Amino acid sequence: MGSYVGQGMPRYDSLGHVTGKTQFVDDIMLPGMLTIKVLRSPVSRANILNIDTTQAKQCPGVYAVATAKDVPHNLCGFYGDHPVMAEKEVRFRGQVIAAVAAVDEASAMEALSKVKVDLEELTPIFDPREAMKPDAEQIRPEGNLWEFEPGMRVRQLRKGDIEKGFAQADLIVEGDYSTCVGEHAMLETCCSIGDIDERGRLIIYTTSQAPSLHATMIAGTLGLPLNKLNMVGGTVGGGFGGRNDPVADHLVGLMALLTQKPCKWRWTREEEMVCSQMRGAWQFHIKDGVTKDGRIVARQIEEIHDTGAYGGFGPYAVDKSVFTITGPYDVPNVHINGYCVFTNKQVATSMRGFGINIGQFAMETHMDKVAERLNMSPWELRFKNAWKEGTLSSTQQEMHAVGLIETLQATAKLAGETLSPELLAMSSK
Amino acid sequence: MSEVLKFTLNSQPVEVLVKPEESLLEVLRDKLRVVSPKCGCDRGDCGACTVMVDGKAVKSCATLALTMQGKSVLTVEGLSNGTQLHPVQKAFIEMGAPQCGICTPGFVMASVAFLQSNPSPTKEEIKEALAGNLCRCSGYTKYVDAVYEASKGTFGKI
Ligand code: FES
Ligand code: FES
Repeated sequence: MGSYVGQGMPRYDSLGHVTGKTQFVDDIMLPGMLTIKVLRSPVSRANILNIDTTQAKQCPGVYAVATAKDVPHNLCGFYGDHPVMAEKEVRFRGQVIAAVAAVDEASAMEALSKVKVDLEELTPIFDPREAMKPDAEQIRPEGNLWEFEPGMRVRQLRKGDIEKGFAQADLIVEGDYSTCVGEHAMLETCCSIGDIDERGRLIIYTTSQAPSLHATMIAGTLGLPLNKLNMVGGTVGGGFGGRNDPVADHLVGLMALLTQKPCKWRWTREEEMVCSQMRGAWQFHIKDGVTKDGRIVARQIEEIHDTGAYGGFGPYAVDKSVFTITGPYDVPNVHINGYCVFTNKQVATSMRGFGINIGQFAMETHMDKVAERLNMSPWELRFKNAWKEGTLSSTQQEMHAVGLIETLQATAKLAGETLSPELLAMSSK
Repeated sequence: MSEVLKFTLNSQPVEVLVKPEESLLEVLRDKLRVVSPKCGCDRGDCGACTVMVDGKAVKSCATLALTMQGKSVLTVEGLSNGTQLHPVQKAFIEMGAPQCGICTPGFVMASVAFLQSNPSPTKEEIKEALAGNLCRCSGYTKYVDAVYEASKGTFGKI
């Protein structure tokens, strides 16, 4: 061990990277492999009245044309609410409606142009605040708000008594913060291959970040026992959380089962940008009650996460955000309501600290605003409210091995910030 | 109508039947199975498909294959001499430049072509030269540093 510590080591895989030997899924070509192309919804919300694939199936070079009817159990995803292909209703622009497996891309595209879909376009809802209104049209039959627990369409966190806290405050500081969606934009676009091996098992070559987790989901979707499915992972050409949702593996598996041939589906960059899962958008309203000397005595937050058309990782992101957004601060009275809202947009998924750093962006921006209103240095405000050994966090856990004050002192030093003797004398103990 | 394309690929003569609309990237990857050039965008934006044509860096997705008649194409597969890596490859490993690696073959070829035209560049010039190559993982600094070290021959012993 000793010889590695403090040494720069080459990455185990960099020789393959610089020589082009590292194999990505798109580099795999199997004998007789077919190309998959899909028909995606041109509109954000519609009823599907009819899908006619008769002509498409007759196109030369076509081995299979599939729709929702062909999927044994047409639901997948972390929350099991995302159909492989839209069945009765389209809920976001770019949602898959039909898939073709053909000898090459040109034949697949030709067949797709022959798939006839009758859509009855409906008015989409894009703004989560619109979707939350009591009289809003329900774009999901079970309701526009995610049900965290039976009957609970909000994730609540309560500590102390928020009204009492506000009553103790000398000053109320409110702020609104929002973030937009973000695309992972990994350089490798989504690519999957389905194949049937010599024992009749389904093999899926995947760019998944979670092949074992996805195997259980996909086996269920395709109605296979787990020992008939083998997910082969490998080098992923960038993930950043965007390969945490199964969005292609189930479909290539289906097409391989239908054709009994290897089938590859590689998304275009445009599909990746317009149709893939995203970092979801957030809105925060923060209301702090503060005393004149800079103690935050009450913190009330409403947060709204736009999860798009399906669950993705949205509800989980709200949980994480609600539990962490108060920050490393000792606030006696906390009241948080977190909502996860469906809209007719791309699905929100995981992305780099999803749910946590977004809330911290809002919270730390708000801390600066509070300091400004108090005419206090933003450093001092953070020192004054910092967790210490034994503080009860917003989730009422007793905190131990706390080092926030020491971290702030070290940061100030590195940043060339001169702290007052009182702040320098403080400690987390 | 398909035509026979004759060109030199990694120092070997090649003949392949090509449709007029096919890109050099498609012909390399799908027909000749030289897969180090990657398809990141298929529209000339990302540089993952960069190869060298007659010594110059070219985005193979935005190059019609039939324009390669009689030319000489070099990819990463043809760059190293047996197990002897090119200084750019060595410097990339030494500096830990690649992370996921999918942009790396493109960066190697763009850097090699650039250093041939400008053997002693400044870091600013390197940044300029690599501006057409996108990397989502690394943040570029190490790629730029590595090309600089390669030009100086000051990278290490790996
Ligand atoms: S694939 Fe050629 S520039 Fe992106
Ligand atoms: S190392 Fe992943 S894109 Fe560059």
